Amino acid sequence: MESKQTPLGYVSFSVFAWIVGLLIFFPIFWMVLTSFKSELEAVSIPPSFISFDWTLENYAEVQERSNYFKFAMNSVILAVGSTLVGLVFAVTCAWAMAFNPTKRTKDALLWMLSTKMMPPVGVLVPIYLMFRDWGLLDTRFGLIMVLFLMNLPIMVWMLYTYFKEIPTDILEAARMDGATLPKEIIFVLLPMAVPGIASTMLLNIILAWNEAFWTLNLTTSDAAPLTAFIASYSSPEGLFWAKLSAASTLAVAPILVIGWFSQKQLVRGLTFGAVK
Amino acid sequence: MGAIRLEKVKKTFGTLDVIPGVDLDINDGEFVVFVGPSGCGKSTLLRLIAGLEDVTDGKILINGTDVATEAPAKRGLSMVFQSYALYPHMTVYNNIAFGLKMAGESKEVIEEKVQSAAKILNLTDYLERRPSALSGGQRQRVAIGRAIVRNPAAFLFDEPLSNLDAALRVNMRLEITGLHQELKTTMIYVTHDQVEAMTMADKIVVLQAGRVEQVGKPMELYNSPANKFVAGFIGSPKMNFLGGELAKKYDCHEIGIRPEHVAVSTENGEIPATVKIAEHLGAETYLHVEADGYGPMTVRATGEVPLGEHDKIFLTPEQDRIHRFDAHGLALGKS
Repeated sequence: MESKQTPLGYVSFSVFAWIVGLLIFFPIFWMVLTSFKSELEAVSIPPSFISFDWTLENYAEVQERSNYFKFAMNSVILAVGSTLVGLVFAVTCAWAMAFNPTKRTKDALLWMLSTKMMPPVGVLVPIYLMFRDWGLLDTRFGLIMVLFLMNLPIMVWMLYTYFKEIPTDILEAARMDGATLPKEIIFVLLPMAVPGIASTMLLNIILAWNEAFWTLNLTTSDAAPLTAFIASYSSPEGLFWAKLSAASTLAVAPILVIGWFSQKQLVRGLTFGAVK
Repeated sequence: MGAIRLEKVKKTFGTLDVIPGVDLDINDGEFVVFVGPSGCGKSTLLRLIAGLEDVTDGKILINGTDVATEAPAKRGLSMVFQSYALYPHMTVYNNIAFGLKMAGESKEVIEEKVQSAAKILNLTDYLERRPSALSGGQRQRVAIGRAIVRNPAAFLFDEPLSNLDAALRVNMRLEITGLHQELKTTMIYVTHDQVEAMTMADKIVVLQAGRVEQVGKPMELYNSPANKFVAGFIGSPKMNFLGGELAKKYDCHEIGIRPEHVAVSTENGEIPATVKIAEHLGAETYLHVEADGYGPMTVRATGEVPLGEHDKIFLTPEQDRIHRFDAHGLALGKS
């Protein structure tokens, strides 16, 4: 049967897609809008959309009250750091699983992934105690370790599916050409897997950037990233919607921009192996 | 120098005996073809020699040294893969140079060797291209170039022509044979195509289920196959096997006669038959016939033969071309 899209079907499909898209986007849009309102207008009912006094004073005040750049820098260090450390382990692990599989490789992969289904709060107390005893609380190093371990299963999984697509012949050719294992990985495997590695890195930077549970529980000030920065605005003095929105906008802006520009990469990385 | 000797080489995957134990001698400079149906273990045997698979047991001697536990690179062999296995992210130049770079050769040496290999293989104009911008034949030449520059003890070819179209395959066949005459390096060539085996080899190794059925020069295998399997595998179209009265007459279980060794007549002969299909190729005609009392047979007549479906003919096997086999399929020698 030939499936041809009728004009009506096409229009209704588009309308539906737009509605879903707008629904998802609305909270972000509303947050950005609110960040430009005064505190009074932010809570006024009915809410005003465009016709309010646009102001930048929330941003000024947020920057005055807390050092945005310090938090942002911590976010960058944690996200990039945990991704780079993760990459070293994930590449070697995925190489072994993709090119030297055993009967239990699939099981091991599924088991690794299943650890992501465990609620993190279940291991909060032991990890907190370890961090306290080892002096890792509120350190970037400690958080990088936690974030890298949290995301490692996803990195391995993504790289594994990508590596599976690379013909073993080419790696064997490198071996015949006299490449040692590290050289085989660095000069042959990695250059061929650049798209897969790029999307894996991007996704992990985003996941680490957005991670709030561990960053909030294991940091106070020195290693606190933007998630802690936002949280500090839901303070005991009450909720300041406009300032909270300004802080949140500042926090999500960088990752939103990165995500926007790398959409194609990300979608390709996430659906790799699913479609041929 | 590249003399290779296999002693009781064995390979098992789990409980599966892929190579139960192979002994083989390959002399320096020889062009040896491993041939057999798919799944016969010919590629596995090649990969064992290359070192891409570990032997379960046995010795692989290259120039007298056992390399069975050495890494592939330490064996001094080059391999050309069926899929070409070029590095897609490197230019042709870098593809050819990769092995030399890994060996730590100087820039000047690399330049010189790559240029001379490119010249031999007509690749000089393509050195800056990526593999994706080359045709199948050119890619295969790059793969061969990559093998040549390392000056190996032996070349290993794993069905290198299977991905090429028929016309190109004939060309590349001649090029590889020419290359062997020029370089005089030992070559081991794996194929399932008996035509490639017959035309290229100094020595053919026929394999079935991981066992060596027969080793010999192409015409030796054609003229005196050791058993029914080799008899049926070498030669195209396949040898005819006949039992019954004819076999009794020759005092054996079954006789084998090649399609080209049967005389065809419309008037008289030993076996009456009916033509089912006639394939007219111009230079020759293949007749697929139903022989009375013996079942389907194939015979080859030279030139154009005015025969077609349902025509009655008579077949007469050439006496001195008859192969005799016992009940186990082993050749009995000429009667």
